[in-house]
Amino acid sequence: MSDKVFLCRCEDVTVKDVAHCVARGYADIEEVKRYTGFGTGPCQGKECLALVATELARLTGQPPTAIAPFTARPPLTPTPLGLLAEDPAAHRFADDPLDISPSDKPS
Amino acid sequence: MMAANELRDIPHEPVTSPLPEQCEIAIIGGGIMGLSLAYNLTKAGLRDVVVLERGYIAQGASGRNGGGVRQQWSTEVNIRLMQESVALCKRFAVELGVNVWFRQGGYLFLARTDRELARLDKNIALQNRCGVATELISPAAAQNIVPELNLEGIVGAAYNPTDGVLFPWPFLWGYAQKAVQAGARLFTQTPIGGLHRASHGYTVHTPRGAIRARRVINAAGSWSPQIGAMLGIEIPTWPIRHEICSSEPLKPFLRPMVSELASGLYCSQSMRGEIVGGVNLPGHGASYDMGSSLEFLATYARRLTRLMPTLRNVKVLRQWAGPYDCSPDGNPILGAAPNDPDFFMASGFVGHGFMMAPIVGQLYAEWLGGGTKHDIFDMYQLARFTTGDDSAPKEDFNIG
Repeated sequence: MSDKVFLCRCEDVTVKDVAHCVARGYADIEEVKRYTGFGTGPCQGKECLALVATELARLTGQPPTAIAPFTARPPLTPTPLGLLAEDPAAHRFADDPLDISPSDKPS
Repeated sequence: MMAANELRDIPHEPVTSPLPEQCEIAIIGGGIMGLSLAYNLTKAGLRDVVVLERGYIAQGASGRNGGGVRQQWSTEVNIRLMQESVALCKRFAVELGVNVWFRQGGYLFLARTDRELARLDKNIALQNRCGVATELISPAAAQNIVPELNLEGIVGAAYNPTDGVLFPWPFLWGYAQKAVQAGARLFTQTPIGGLHRASHGYTVHTPRGAIRARRVINAAGSWSPQIGAMLGIEIPTWPIRHEICSSEPLKPFLRPMVSELASGLYCSQSMRGEIVGGVNLPGHGASYDMGSSLEFLATYARRLTRLMPTLRNVKVLRQWAGPYDCSPDGNPILGAAPNDPDFFMASGFVGHGFMMAPIVGQLYAEWLGGGTKHDIFDMYQLARFTTGDDSAPKEDFNIG
């Protein structure tokens, strides 16, 4: 496979980029995500995670089953702020300004 | 061995390699504080430094924060520390050979009440005396800086153009790389199983084996109390989950970090174009839970779209969370433990350890390398909580 092949099309991460990342010692899939940026674009890993994991397994000599997916992050698909703003989960929002301590004391 | 290390370009040790038998300084925690310490200590000539990180680099709060770097604080000591940190951030890419995408677009704090405005005004006077050029500006002037602002309910703002944002991950890689090249050894996937006092220092137990360290620095962030407890030292900090999210990338339009004082809403645009931000979500208590909630996302979206209605159609791509290491007086805990002169702390930064780490690491290295001991190591020592010493000025500007 050419090292110019794209594994992550959202963030333009190639086979070569992943190899470079592993060669630098960043070989945990969470580290590869951060070092190369793969899986941080609009698809959030849906298209690229398995491809990168397969390549990572090959590079590190591990069976593919040894590599767990990186932590999945909500939302499931890119979601407009306007839609979220109308969600009832924003129930604690108040129009009155509140002085809120950033450090809730332990109860 | 030193020569071999100087040629190394792989920052951390293979997962199979054992710990050395001993070292001069063991740093517990490979987050921004631990890695800044390792870098600065090796730079100060203390090369026998070992960093023990329980997970991967950037797993904890250092890999989860918003990257804000500001000098707008309410105490002189924090303002001056952050002036130094900003100066260090500006040199970071050149000194450490990694692009951290540091961008000084300023910080804009928005007030919705006269009381908030007075609070900003008081802080600005102090900041100006320290040489930080923060200005109290009108709502219209704030809108000149951020035309997308909805000014309804805004009574004024504080703006300092030299505050900024950076990309946290490369900051960690840069420190790790240079520390290791200078002789430090970095062990990831190495949790601490036990910590004991020994005849000349401490023995640190890990799954890779034990290491004797003459001095230990507890840089475990929100997990610092657990490390302290291994020696019977009570570190009175607690973890509060703070959630954060990132949008799809947009063309550059938002210059400063924008923060709404009352709600703790903040957002900035990263060099990748994403809008990265969060909001306070009080009332959930202390927890190490790093899960994500719809309540956060909805609350953030409601407040952000009120402040900048044009963002309504912008899509959120990803949300995550990290712990703030909260301290009883809003100030960090530094220096040696009361009865353990060789056990040092770097805890309780209340969500602002990332921006403080460049200068705190440097000051620690000066002291532990045999140089000057900065006032912060006395002012912020752990003993203040048991002796009732409240001479440290209270920081009341732990916003966002």
